[in-house]
Amino acid sequence: MNALPPLLAAGWLPAQVGLNHYLLVSALLFAIGFFGVLLRRNTLVIYMCLELMLNASALAAVAFSRYNGTIDGLILVFFIITVAAAEVAVGLAIIVALFRLRHTVQVEELTLLKN
Amino acid sequence: MADFLFYLFAFLTVLAAVGVVLNRNAVNAAMCLLLSFAGVAALFTLLDAGLLAFVFLLVYAGAVVVLFLFVVMLFDVQGAGPRKPYKTVPAAASVVALALLTTGLLSLIERGRLPGSVPVAAPGFKEFAARLFTTYLLPVQVTGFLLLIAMLGVVVISKRLETKEAAQ
Repeated sequence: MNALPPLLAAGWLPAQVGLNHYLLVSALLFAIGFFGVLLRRNTLVIYMCLELMLNASALAAVAFSRYNGTIDGLILVFFIITVAAAEVAVGLAIIVALFRLRHTVQVEELTLLKN
Repeated sequence: MADFLFYLFAFLTVLAAVGVVLNRNAVNAAMCLLLSFAGVAALFTLLDAGLLAFVFLLVYAGAVVVLFLFVVMLFDVQGAGPRKPYKTVPAAASVVALALLTTGLLSLIERGRLPGSVPVAAPGFKEFAARLFTTYLLPVQVTGFLLLIAMLGVVVISKRLETKEAAQ
């Protein structure tokens, strides 16, 4: 264990799983979703990455709620899930309408509002 | 045992999320998204939020991913052609963002020791329902209304474009 850098030896894997670990996973998920939104060209995949970021925030809320002993975080996540379902329905309807109009889902070709 | 399960599901979730970003095929990306949702639901279960995990699986894996797959298969995926699926300038910007993220994560690991290593007892279904229908009654109503508006909006969006296409 001494061969590890002090960062890892400070208790990543050997330590008992606590709030920090869940927050770390949540931050990682959020960052991955963010990179997906930045990097991808396909509108649908960008939308999937948005869902990923929403999940990351929900995971953080549940972890905080669990370690604080309050139920409010869980109820917040309940509402997040509901709103996300409505958002997905409307967003996918808009994407389908856009595809019917422009026959593409690549973001670079959707420049209807440019100039 | 719970620690092992946490590492297993956290690894699965993050790996599947990376798969969503890196997959060129949208159908494979949706499948990776499904796997990631399952991992997040498992993490919810590890956090003693069984009801939320159930609802999460029901809504996300049951409705959202199916909707995504439906729309992906509605489109002509091969119509995108052999162009590269990543943007170039945001790729450079994301390298900078990655550096910032790494710095933030390292500082979180090194000195972000939050208290609360001993979790208290998890709230049960009864408390959840009681809170939902007393303190949070207005948000529940508003959310129900939001769902209704979303449904109507989807119908309107689909209908109007159809008639416009027919008129052209």
